[in-house]
Amino acid sequence: MAEEIAAGTLRSEADNKGILQSDAAVLRSGMHDGMPIALGYLVVSFTLGITAHTAGLTPFQGFLASFFNNASAGEYAGFMLIAAGASYWEIALITFIANARYLLMSCVLSQKFAPDAPLYQRLLIGFDVTDELFGITIARPGQVHPYYNYGAMLVALPGWSVGTALGIIAGNVMPPAVVSALSVALYGMFLWVIIPPARSSRIVAGLVGLSFAASFAAVHLPFISTVSSGTRTIGLTLLLAGAAAWLFPVSAKEENHGA
Amino acid sequence: MEHNIYGYLAVMAAVSFAIRVLPLTLIRRQIKNRFLRSFLFYVPYATLAVMTFPAILDATQTPLAGALALAAGIWLAWNGASLFMVSAACCVVVFLSEWALC
Repeated sequence: MAEEIAAGTLRSEADNKGILQSDAAVLRSGMHDGMPIALGYLVVSFTLGITAHTAGLTPFQGFLASFFNNASAGEYAGFMLIAAGASYWEIALITFIANARYLLMSCVLSQKFAPDAPLYQRLLIGFDVTDELFGITIARPGQVHPYYNYGAMLVALPGWSVGTALGIIAGNVMPPAVVSALSVALYGMFLWVIIPPARSSRIVAGLVGLSFAASFAAVHLPFISTVSSGTRTIGLTLLLAGAAAWLFPVSAKEENHGA
Repeated sequence: MEHNIYGYLAVMAAVSFAIRVLPLTLIRRQIKNRFLRSFLFYVPYATLAVMTFPAILDATQTPLAGALALAAGIWLAWNGASLFMVSAACCVVVFLSEWALC
């Protein structure tokens, strides 16, 4: 593989003190750990593609969206607003809100880079900061090894973006019962992100429960229900997360536990 | 207002990329502000919970199927099931309950 040869050359030039594995081996280990993530992505992004299909995207547009966004909640929110014919500002704001957690993950990762790590490494690894890749990156002790992330990205990126395109193609031909069943897979992923931390933290559990209730109320209350769903999501997030941060400021220990 | 889908995609990609890359490239030391750290910590839970419910009830053909999928998903995630298990179980619950109900 060309990349492995290139990695090996870089290895001999770089000052890799304390690192026993070659870059090629680290790349392979990243691909290995990225494989189950890629398979999960393929399934979940397939259902994201069904949402994209209802928003009027072509398979190619879905591929582009997923390749350049790598975000389930962010893309989902974006597709809903595209379907509603929202303004570019609304799309930018909802993308920011739905992906705000990556801002924190990126902040956390910035602490795991060597201060002299080159800009291109920060750009490449930052490009694919997702819940899962962040998880396996943080699980490795010591500083970020870029080739581990590159390896995981090599399998995770195609899994996510090809899955979305396939979902758009299949959305045309599948029976309604199957579309209906698959359309909840994304919510399953959301639950998988928010429920385990809710189990270990009563504050997070309270926040999740309160968010469910507030969101339900907002859909049915006379005045608020006339606001678009994207704007409701933004408003409720700012309100609920802001109140939680004000009432229950977290310590660094809790942050690591939750992430 | 008329909007191009490629315009939407470009805006989404630019914002997503900026969010992920700016902290990594600009921050060389830790954020100290406790409110900001706490706010960013809580944001994903509030956003994802708000987007999940009650929207999951409208995603399916019958709201009851969505409610059952929600209950199954919460129970499995609570008990430490994998991403694939939680997602797949939600789909199976909807498929079976709609097949039984319709």
